[in-house]
Amino acid sequence: MRSFRWVGMVLMVLAALLPIAAPAQGNLDIDSPAITALRASMQQRHAQLAPLYAAGAVGLAGDGTVAIRDASGVPLAQRAQVNGLVAAENADRVALYREIARANGHPEWEADVRRTFAQRWIERAQAGWWVQAGGNWVRK
Amino acid sequence: MALDMRAGVGAAMLLAAAGCVTINIYFPAAAAEKAADRIIEEVWQLREGQRAPAEPGAGTAPGAPAAEGAKP
Repeated sequence: MRSFRWVGMVLMVLAALLPIAAPAQGNLDIDSPAITALRASMQQRHAQLAPLYAAGAVGLAGDGTVAIRDASGVPLAQRAQVNGLVAAENADRVALYREIARANGHPEWEADVRRTFAQRWIERAQAGWWVQAGGNWVRK
Repeated sequence: MALDMRAGVGAAMLLAAAGCVTINIYFPAAAAEKAADRIIEEVWQLREGQRAPAEPGAGTAPGAPAAEGAKP
């Protein structure tokens, strides 16, 4: 009888451990205040970046960032602004990957999150945009 | 004897518990893809099913989480 109670206690400990494992199977938390702010910031910037993607001046890099692909179509006077946009977007993206990993309790996931986003940005890029595949620029 | 068995069962269960916890440290790739898609749809404003960028200015309020439930 006593041994049954012992097994019961162990089972209770196991049951208590289950919720710890559960979140990994469902959704990642992407609603922390830091992530929400980054999403809003990137969405606002997209209005300025979209024409640059379409023109091929800026492309989606293979590492989850954006990069200047061909600035020759951008008027000289606007190039500094484009550089600034790209730098600001990349700062947000890197912060986003870090914050997602952190919000889910695994800062070490940052590189995996980044890799996942890199694939998805490229996968979902619009026709005509330039994306990096194996180090080369390809037009979708 | 009974004590040995109990210890054995206990050890097996602790191992199983450790296994559960170990699984949790693996990167949840499918969940990450889902999260990435949600964020990409929001940032690129692909939510309405149209691939063209939404009209500038009149876009959704920045990061409106209420609208997120309705995914196409």
